[in-house]
Amino acid sequence: MSRSTKRLIVVGNGMVGHRFLETMCALPGAADWSITTFCEEPRLAYDRVNLSKFFAGDTDGDLTLGSADAYARMGVEIVVGDAAASIDREGRQVRSQAGRLVPYDALVLATGSYPFVPPIPGVAGDGCFVYRTIDDLKAIRDYAQTANVGVVVGGGLLGLEAANALRNLGLETHVVEMAPRLMALQVDEMGGAILRRRIEALGVAVHTGMVTKEIVRREGRACGLRFADGGELAADLVVFSAGIRARDDLARASGLALGSRGGIAIDGQCRTSDPNILAIGECASWDGRTYGLVAPGYRMADVAAQALTGTGQGKLGTFDMSTKLKLMGVDVASFGDAFGLEAGAHTLSIVDSVDGVYKKLVVSADKKRLLGGVLVGDASAYGQLLAMVQSKTVLPPNPSDFILPARTGASSGFGIASLPDSALVCSCHNVSKGAICAAITDSGLTAVSEVKACTKAGTGCGSCVTLVKDILNLELKKAGVAVTNYVCEHFKLSRQELFHVVKVGQQRTFEEVIRAAGSGRGCEICKPAVASILASVWNEHVLADPHVGLQDTNDRFLANIQRDGTYSVVPRVPAGEITPDQLIALGDVAKKYRLYTKITGAQRIDLFGARSEQLPLVWADLIAAGFESGHAYGKALRTVKSCVGSTWCRYGVQDSVSFAVRLENRYKGLRSPHKLKAAASGCARECAEAQSKDFGVIATDKGYNLFVCGNGGMKPQHAQLLASDLDEDTVIRYVDRFLMFYIRTADRLERTAPWFNKLEGGLEYLRQVVIDDSLGLAADLERDMRAIVNTYECEWKATLADPDKVRRFRPFINSELPDPSIVHLPLRQQHRVATWNEKAARLGHGA
Amino acid sequence: MSAWQDVCALTEITPDTGVCALVDGKQVAVFRTGPDDGVYALSNFDPFSKAFVLSRGIVGDKGGVPKVASPLFKQNFALATGVCLDDVAVSVRSYPVRVRQGRVEVDATE
Ligand code: SRM
Ligand SMILES: Cc1cc2nc3c(=O)[nH]c(=O)nc-3n(C[C@H](O)[C@H](O)[C@H](O)COP(=O)(O)OP(=O)(O)OC[C@H]3O[C@@H](n4cnc5c(N)ncnc54)[C@H](O)[C@@H]3O)c2cc1C
Ligand code: SF4
Ligand code: FES
Repeated sequence: MSRSTKRLIVVGNGMVGHRFLETMCALPGAADWSITTFCEEPRLAYDRVNLSKFFAGDTDGDLTLGSADAYARMGVEIVVGDAAASIDREGRQVRSQAGRLVPYDALVLATGSYPFVPPIPGVAGDGCFVYRTIDDLKAIRDYAQTANVGVVVGGGLLGLEAANALRNLGLETHVVEMAPRLMALQVDEMGGAILRRRIEALGVAVHTGMVTKEIVRREGRACGLRFADGGELAADLVVFSAGIRARDDLARASGLALGSRGGIAIDGQCRTSDPNILAIGECASWDGRTYGLVAPGYRMADVAAQALTGTGQGKLGTFDMSTKLKLMGVDVASFGDAFGLEAGAHTLSIVDSVDGVYKKLVVSADKKRLLGGVLVGDASAYGQLLAMVQSKTVLPPNPSDFILPARTGASSGFGIASLPDSALVCSCHNVSKGAICAAITDSGLTAVSEVKACTKAGTGCGSCVTLVKDILNLELKKAGVAVTNYVCEHFKLSRQELFHVVKVGQQRTFEEVIRAAGSGRGCEICKPAVASILASVWNEHVLADPHVGLQDTNDRFLANIQRDGTYSVVPRVPAGEITPDQLIALGDVAKKYRLYTKITGAQRIDLFGARSEQLPLVWADLIAAGFESGHAYGKALRTVKSCVGSTWCRYGVQDSVSFAVRLENRYKGLRSPHKLKAAASGCARECAEAQSKDFGVIATDKGYNLFVCGNGGMKPQHAQLLASDLDEDTVIRYVDRFLMFYIRTADRLERTAPWFNKLEGGLEYLRQVVIDDSLGLAADLERDMRAIVNTYECEWKATLADPDKVRRFRPFINSELPDPSIVHLPLRQQHRVATWNEKAARLGHGA
Repeated sequence: MSAWQDVCALTEITPDTGVCALVDGKQVAVFRTGPDDGVYALSNFDPFSKAFVLSRGIVGDKGGVPKVASPLFKQNFALATGVCLDDVAVSVRSYPVRVRQGRVEVDATE
């Protein structure tokens, strides 16, 4: 310890206490201080904002903010599991619960707050919990094992988060709220109503306007709630989330001034009524109020550290209480003047109770500035809107464009570029757009993860990450870093350019392509990409000699590889229509080769667990029964799903099955940048889910509506209506053009939906190309498609006809033995892949 | 002591692909690279997926180093050494291999 050290005590090692230590120790004046911190909880500071992730399998460790090592490096002595019990202001020392006496020159209180539990009969005892610490969550999780019905008392932000946790623990879940709506502090009446609907739709019962009077107990165990109106609700696990109160007891006992509504009163530099004592975070009262969010706490931590080290004259300003969160998958955001309190303010809103979306904007009296708003159900615009509020950007002529569903085709990108540098992007860490841009250019950042590491933006609540990503992309584009979409190190070209090379140069093999346009020997990225392009242009067999080494294993074995190296087989079942004889044949094949069978998510039957050498045998039998390859292994057309349509269904207006069969047979085998899925529905009820497909048709009484660029999967997206009331031939003409245009221009592994999202000019442009033929390409696109359609052959049939190709399915080049590493164990009436441990035990060796 | 074992004719391996051979009960992935006719032998075991599949991976190069990408999760292994190019802490066994009079031979003793 150096001579002149002064002693600093920090009471409380929560989020703000931790931030304070980090900031303090990084400041030049820190060397003058020796620091001790009391941590009441049995663990070092952790990320309370993300507390619920604890249930998502995050261990305590994942949430940890600081580590013993890091504190040791910073020279902070940390006393874990011992609370400060009293302050002797006169003698300037703190006594801990365990009896430690520690002197101080300065004291920082960062004691946070505690959940308020209403003092009603029955709250003490088993089955009642709060939701604040890791230990609280552990206790809830353990108790939930023996409980069936959970109730959260309090329908605010934290209450709903707790309700989600109970639901995920498998409990029947209720939320009881005293106010007439949910999240009364953040959203208005309509927002609360939409939120309630969405939450009820998830199976959580919501009771508003209910005052809980008593926790009813049977044999000591909580068994229900009794309300002021005499009603009762059965429940065996109760979580109180009825607001928080500042932990100001220590300060109160030592005579520090408190705020009028609780909390330790502080000035703009976080000093309490005793100049040697500072208070920060949720326990502090600034400007007559306390703040239950982490961003104000962090600001206080920074100001306090500057004040103590004499390194800055920072002062607390007004705090923005805007919030955005995802509650049970439902976006909720409230920002700025959400309730339109400013004089003369206008409001604009849209309510969509079908999709459960509510958006409201509050605009200044002169209609020039955005003051605030509420978003429920879709808060994607939050970051941008909040930044507009804070930067006081002048509004564009039609502010309603911000909340209206994107007008088809119109680009919605007018926001980010127009934000001034001062716009606050990350409120958690107080990072402006300018700071992010500077970091990107100065340090040459190219990935969101790098921006996060460098600026901290996006590492708090996470709600600003999309905005950060948009800013990054914009900056990269500006810098001409043209967010490179080179295929890989062997081709300094995008897939679209590579496609062009092949079209123009007429290369037929990978060797020719790489000699013409690349370098090196190729890799697992460019080889399948080039193979797909060659297939789209020439449609040669993928196992033809020059192509075989280019194929991903699925294409190389014309089947889907499974976790143990066996394969699955999915024969084509066009439109999902299958005869009884075909079903029997599939059953026979599955039995003969002992294959696990399952109905897939796309109206087909998958046969799993075939050894590579069995694949040709399986296919010989399937082909004999009239089946063709289903291309489940290829980046190619998968299925055209159908509903039964007018041939049977009382509502059907067109024969959707026949049309789906026609479509599937036309496009089967078509190789594309990514897989293609399609569907045909026989009426507007849309049982075939055509609007989630790369292309889909929905019958009308005049023909079909054609939809394109939908997606299920990881990032579902509804398809766009390209044209209405078309006859079948016109649909086919448009689909030919659409698919070929996509195949020519998309990136590798880019499905139609993300391709569409990047298409400059959007739907209008696509319509011009496909329908109006604005590029004069239509005839060319149709010709290319016709060539593919006319050269279709079942890949498996062609494979079986060629003994050289069949030989490639042998497991060993020098032996006829089957692969001994394949072990399948019984599961229900079928079987599954053995786990590695089960297998290792049998095989008796490692690698 | 070495024990070269005959596996197959070089022409049985399509350039820039691999095959699997059973040598002394061990699964050995044997690769043949492009125009230079290089041959390489690695264990067929993919330590990431714990499946015997490396011979079915796509052969290519990373910065000029010949390598194979696991067909399951696409980690890259250097053909000459078996070292994983994405995680140097991991590697697969590599075996001596040679071509004699057009026949590929592998030594899988130890
Ligand atoms: C077998 C099947 C699951 C099932 O048991 O039902 C399945 C299995 C696989 N799916 Fe799927 N998907 C299956 C239907 C679906 C569906 C439902 C559908 O097609 O209606 C979807 C959502 C619809 C969509 O694609 O828009 C679906 C979305 C995905 C995705 C996400 C694609 C996306 O754009 O987000 C992947 C990953 C990818 O392709 O990159 C994927 C990838 C896979 C892979 C290839 C994963 C892999 O690399 O091993 C699985 C192949 C296993 C195999 O051996 O067949 N699978 N997959 C289904 C086969 C359908 C068929 O008959 O061909
Ligand atoms: C489930 C949940 C979700 C949340 N989500 C968000 C969100 O999305 N966005 C947001 O901005 N905020 C959110 N918050 C609020 C945020 O966590 C708090 O604002 C933040 O943790 C406040 O930090 P703090 O350090 O002031 O208090 P705390 O983190 O509570 O830390 C105070 C610490 O001091 C300790 N302590 C108290 N008295 C003593 C004593 N006498 N001696 C020693 N130690 C003592 C306490 O045990 C505690 O560990 C959420 C909170 C919860 C519970
Ligand atoms: S959802 Fe995942 S696990 Fe299930 S089949 Fe699709 S890829 Fe495989
Ligand atoms: S706003 Fe919370 S992480 Fe950026």
